[in-house]
Amino acid sequence: MTIRHPRRIWLAVILLVLAALCVLSVVVGTRHVGMADILAALSGGTQTMGQAAVATRIPRTILAVMAGAALGLAGAIMQGVTRNPLADPGILGVNMGASLAVVIGIAWFDMSSLAAYVWIAILGAGVAAVSVYAIGSLGRGGATPLKLALAGAATSVALSSMVIAVVLPRNDIAGGVRAWQIGGVGGATFDAIAQVAPLLALGLLLAIPTARRLNMLALGEDLARGLGESPAVARGLAAVSAILLCGATTAICGPIGFVGLVVPHVCRLLFGVDHRWLLPLSALTGACLLLAADTLGRILISPTELPVGIVTALIGAPFFIWIVRRQRISAL
Amino acid sequence: MTDQSIPTRLRSARLQRSNGYRTAVACLAGLLALAVMITLCVGQSVTPPGDVLRVLAGVDVPGASFTVGQLRLPRAVLAVLAGLCFGLGGAAFQVMLRNPLASPDIIGINAGASAAAVFAIVALSLGGPSVALMAVVAGLGVAALIFGLSFRNGISGGRLILVGIGVSSMLDSAIAFLLAQAPAWDLQQAMRWLTGSLNGATLDQALWPALALATCGSLLIGQRRGLEMLRLGDDTAAALGTDVARTRLIVILTAVGIIAVATAITGPIAFVAFLSGPIAARIVGPRGSVLIPAALVGALLVLAGDFAGQFLLPGRYPVGVMTGAIGAPYLIFLIIRANKTGAT
Repeated sequence: MTIRHPRRIWLAVILLVLAALCVLSVVVGTRHVGMADILAALSGGTQTMGQAAVATRIPRTILAVMAGAALGLAGAIMQGVTRNPLADPGILGVNMGASLAVVIGIAWFDMSSLAAYVWIAILGAGVAAVSVYAIGSLGRGGATPLKLALAGAATSVALSSMVIAVVLPRNDIAGGVRAWQIGGVGGATFDAIAQVAPLLALGLLLAIPTARRLNMLALGEDLARGLGESPAVARGLAAVSAILLCGATTAICGPIGFVGLVVPHVCRLLFGVDHRWLLPLSALTGACLLLAADTLGRILISPTELPVGIVTALIGAPFFIWIVRRQRISAL
Repeated sequence: MTDQSIPTRLRSARLQRSNGYRTAVACLAGLLALAVMITLCVGQSVTPPGDVLRVLAGVDVPGASFTVGQLRLPRAVLAVLAGLCFGLGGAAFQVMLRNPLASPDIIGINAGASAAAVFAIVALSLGGPSVALMAVVAGLGVAALIFGLSFRNGISGGRLILVGIGVSSMLDSAIAFLLAQAPAWDLQQAMRWLTGSLNGATLDQALWPALALATCGSLLIGQRRGLEMLRLGDDTAAALGTDVARTRLIVILTAVGIIAVATAITGPIAFVAFLSGPIAARIVGPRGSVLIPAALVGALLVLAGDFAGQFLLPGRYPVGVMTGAIGAPYLIFLIIRANKTGAT
C-alpha cells in the first residue's frame, strides 16, 4: 500500500508536465505571437497571421500527444511481450516495415489518401514485426536481446534500401515520399487525426486487458500457464495492440524511432514493473517526450524546423548505448 | 609411407596451397581488369575496344575521347579505388574482431566519415583535401568512441556491434539533419551521403583514395601475418610472438584511414566493406590472408554494382542502392545462420 501513494503523486506530476508542455507547444514557435492572438486562435479566430500560426499549432499538439502516447505504450507492450529491454518499434524494424508498405502503396497502387496509408502501414508493420521476431528467436536461447536487435537492425537496413529502390525511379512521387519519411507532426490536420484516432483507440482498448497478462508473462511462461493464463493468447493480443498503435502512428507521422525504447525504461525506473501502472504511465510519458522533442525541434534551429524524428534519435540513441552497456552480453 | 617422405609431403602441400592462393588472386585480378575493360567499352553506346585502348594511350578519337576519357574512365577508376579501400578496410576489421558483423559499415565508422564530409561540405563549404582529412579524423573519432563505449572488462564483439548500431543510427540522423540544412538539398546529394554514389566522378577525385591506398593500404597489407595470428585469439597470437596491441592499433588506424578517405569522395557505399571479406574467404578458402582478395572483390562489387545500377535496370540507381540490395539479404541470411548454429 505504501508504494501506491508515490505512484499517484507521479501520475499527477506527469499530467501537470504534459499540460505545461501542451501550453508551451501552442505558445512557442518560429513566429512570436502575443497572448491576445493566442487566446483568439484558441477560440477559433484566424484573422491575423499570428492567429493563423497558432491555429496550425493546435492540431500539431494534439497529434504529438496521441503519437507519443501510442509509441510509448507500444514500446512498453513490446518490451513486456518479448521480455527484452531493447525492444522498440524502430529497432525491431516495425517502423521501416510500415514505411516500405506505404511507399509501395504510393508508388505502385497510386494511394494518396491517409485512409489508405493507414491500413497498408499496419499490414507492413505486422509482417515486419513477425519476421524479425521469427529470425531473432531462431536457435538456442530464443530471442535474446542481441539476436533480436541484430535481426531488427538488419531487417531495417534491408527494408530501407528497398524503400530507396522503389522511390528513386519515380521522381514524381519522390518529394511526397521524402516529406512523409522525414515525417513529424508538423503537417497535422484535424481531418488526418480523425482518420487514425479510431485505430489508436482500438489499440488502446486492446492494451488495457494485456496489462494483467503481461505481469503473468513476466513470471515466466510455465508459471503463467499454471496461473491459468494462455501465453499464446496474451502474446497475440499484446502484439496486435502494439502493431495497431505503431502502424497507425507511422502512417500519419512517418517513422519516429526511440520513443518506444526510452520511455518504458524511464517509467520502470520510476514506477516499478507492474504493467497495470507501467502501461498508462508509459503512454503519458511518451506523450510528454514527443511533445517536448517537437517543441525543441522548433526552437533549436529557428527559423527552420528540425523534424521530431531526428530529435528523438539524437536523444534516444545515447540511451540505447547506455542500455547495451548495462546488459551482460556474452562474447560472440 | 616412410618417415622421410613426411617433410617432403608437407612442403609440397604447402607449395600447392600457396599456388592455389596465387591462382585465385590472379584470377580475381584478371576478372577485375576484364570488368574495367567492359565498363569502358559499354555504356549508352558501345565503343570498340580498339578505340578505348587508343583513348587510354592518349590518342584523340572523335566521340570516344569524351565518352570514354571524360565519362567512363573517371567513373571506373573511382569505382575500383573506392572498392579496394572498402574491401580491404572491411576485411581487416572483420578479421581483427573475428566477426563478420563487425565491419566498419555496420558499426558506424562509414557513417561517421560521411557525417563529417557532409558537415565539411554543407556547413563549412570546404572541398578536396580538407574534406578527406575531416572524414579521416571523424572516422578515427567514431572508432575510438565505439571501442571506448563497448569496453567493459575487455571488448565483447556483441556489445561492440550493438553500440555501433546505436552510434550509426545517431550519425544517420545527424546526416539527415545536416542535409536538411543544406541550401540546395536534392535527392541525388542525399543518396550520395546516405548510401554512396559515383555520379559526377572526375579523375582529380581519384588522387586521394589512391594516395590513401599507397600509404595506409600498404601498411595494412604489411600487417597481414599479424592479423592472421589474431584470428587464433589474442592469447595464442601473443604466445606466437605477435605484438597484439601494436598490430591492432596499426590495423585500426590504417583501415579507418582508407575507409574514411573513400567515404569522403563517394559516400558510404553500402555493404561493400561487409560483403567483400566473406566472399573473398569463400573464394580463396583458408589458404592465405584474405586481405588482398577482399580488396579485389570490393572493387569488383562496386564496379559491377555501378554498371548494373546505370544500365541493366529500367531506372538509374546509384551504386550504393545496388550494393545495399545485395548486401541486406546476405546480412539477414548471416544472422539466421548464426542463430541456428547458436554462434551468437
